[in-house]
Amino acid sequence: MIRPDAPVLLEIRDLHATVGDQPILKGVDLTLRAGEIHAVMGRNGSGKSTLSKLLAGHPAYTVTAGTVRYRGEDLLALAPEDRARAGVFLGFQYPVEIPGVSNLEFLRVATNARRLAQGGDELDTFAFEDLVRERLKVVQMDPAFLERSVNEGFSGGEKKRNEILQMALLEPLVAILDETDSGLDIDALRIVSAGVNQLATPDNCILLITHYQRLLDEITPDFVHVMAAGRILRTGGKELALELERRGYDWVDGGLASSDQADTGAPALEVV
Amino acid sequence: MAPGSASAAWLESVLRVFEPSLPAAPGPSLGGLARSRSAARDELRRTGLPPSRQEAWRFTSLAPLIAVPPQVLPAPERGHGPDHPPANGALRLYWDGVKDPLAGVDLPAGLSRLETGAQAALLGTVLEAAGTAGSWMVRFNAALAGQVLALRVRGNVAVPLELVSDCGPAAGVRPLRLLLVMEEDASLELLQVHRAADSSLTTVVMEAQLAPRARLRHGLLAQGTDVSCLLAHLAVSQAPASELDLTMAVGGWGLVRLEPAITQLQGAAVTRLRGLQVARDRQIADLHSLVRFEGPEGQLDQLQKAVVDDAGRSVFHGAVQVPQAAQRTKASQLSRNLLLSDRARVDAIPQLEIVADDVRCTHGATVTRLQQEELFYLRSRGLGADQAARLLLEGFCDEILAGLPASASRWEPARALLHPALPR
Repeated sequence: MIRPDAPVLLEIRDLHATVGDQPILKGVDLTLRAGEIHAVMGRNGSGKSTLSKLLAGHPAYTVTAGTVRYRGEDLLALAPEDRARAGVFLGFQYPVEIPGVSNLEFLRVATNARRLAQGGDELDTFAFEDLVRERLKVVQMDPAFLERSVNEGFSGGEKKRNEILQMALLEPLVAILDETDSGLDIDALRIVSAGVNQLATPDNCILLITHYQRLLDEITPDFVHVMAAGRILRTGGKELALELERRGYDWVDGGLASSDQADTGAPALEVV
Repeated sequence: MAPGSASAAWLESVLRVFEPSLPAAPGPSLGGLARSRSAARDELRRTGLPPSRQEAWRFTSLAPLIAVPPQVLPAPERGHGPDHPPANGALRLYWDGVKDPLAGVDLPAGLSRLETGAQAALLGTVLEAAGTAGSWMVRFNAALAGQVLALRVRGNVAVPLELVSDCGPAAGVRPLRLLLVMEEDASLELLQVHRAADSSLTTVVMEAQLAPRARLRHGLLAQGTDVSCLLAHLAVSQAPASELDLTMAVGGWGLVRLEPAITQLQGAAVTRLRGLQVARDRQIADLHSLVRFEGPEGQLDQLQKAVVDDAGRSVFHGAVQVPQAAQRTKASQLSRNLLLSDRARVDAIPQLEIVADDVRCTHGATVTRLQQEELFYLRSRGLGADQAARLLLEGFCDEILAGLPASASRWEPARALLHPALPR
């Protein structure tokens, strides 16, 4: 839902980042307003996942230039846990398995950390059980998964459902979903997508990172951005994704050539 | 004084203070102790403490041992350790090596005091079967112990047993000896708890004899402090079709050494060993296990874990002996270690001696740090760095602690071993 007067939740300006000595992001600009769904598409290695992990505070990446403001505050100054508590959520491409740590306990601790940061009360074990059982419905997840260790032995689809369950519990204002569609069969994709659609509200925004159109058949984006070589080269509506699907990423590489001219003064961002 | 003579003087003092206690020791439980006692004392005087050049003690400094005052650890006048009642309907016995733990106790059906004659006949036989009767820890215990807690198990004992030795804030040496005779088809759940707060040394030797189809689920939970030491030799002989499930979780001791020595007398038994050692500061946690198959089709499943922080040290030596007679043995041994500091040290040494040719034996050892991706995942959900690390640590240990008998929950094993400084 595009509302020009909606508050800006996330504003990324000229973001440059490296992993080790390797530059990955080379000037990303992106603005997300409340109520909007954005999709970032691009080839492997284009910098999509780096962008998502960096926004969540992954320690492997170093920001060398640029700014990220979350509701006007400097997001990059916050520790990962403080970003989460403030309402920034990353749905992992590869959710981590943590043997021996109860999924239910983990979800409860995480939910309470967010509630406390919002000025709410912590939920006791019983109140939390009620909440989590209600939120399980969002992703049609079997309650048995609550009793297991975090993601341990979960199938790809179960892991992604568990991610969206966490989103449902944490109620973030900015949700970054990194290749949530990868490893999902058609049915699981529909369920997970329906969950995301259910969680999208006029007050939050969602950044979908994906390779494929098929996720966007289920979750309709307001904006589609195409990323290559650490920059956003094209921005458009949902039809851009369809065009990308039809013409392939080689089409973007043409754009990359033109964007290289950006260094000589030509506009880097082409709005279709 | 040279270190060698300091240890000899300490040993001599300990032997002297325990000399007079034997004739005065109460109860019917001297059994077969007396005959081995003087021989053990003579042998110890000859050999002294185990030298570090001895392979089995190469990594294990005995400095914390000889800092313990050479005196008999006084038995508490009244009340022992915790005031919380046992969990899971368990029967709790207090064990101090001086008083009779069975005095005034109504034993549950199936559990009885072993008759003196049987005790005298059986004491030492499990150690002989394991080939560990002459080991230093056994000899040291034999030289000091004045009492044996000897139990017979018949049929299924429905009440879990809890055996508690709490040295409390007292200093000195406490020798404990246990003999457990499990008849055919007997089953028992036993939790052995050791705690110490001051400069103390607990030496314990257990012998358990499992007849055919006997099942023993045995947990050992031990929480100490920097100045306390625990030396425990746990010998078990297993007849065919018997099952042993032994879970050992220790932490916080200046020096702790466990020596589980399991013998499958004719193979065809099931042995499951689980171990967790937690060492921080300058603590040393040592586990030397020995599993010997003397017949075919035996099974062993062993998982040993360690969490080592600061300048702590963990030693795991896992011997598995599969002679020619032990065809079709299935044995797996895995050692997983978590290092939390650059100064921490782990020595994991598997020792598989396999002569039989038709066997399936595997072993492995890993040493890792807390995984950054796991930490980041938890932090990205709002958990603070310390909280995330704590959760991962507890997760690492849970695989072992979950194997303790159910009555262990009352002792809060994760808190006791990982966060002893936290208030209960």
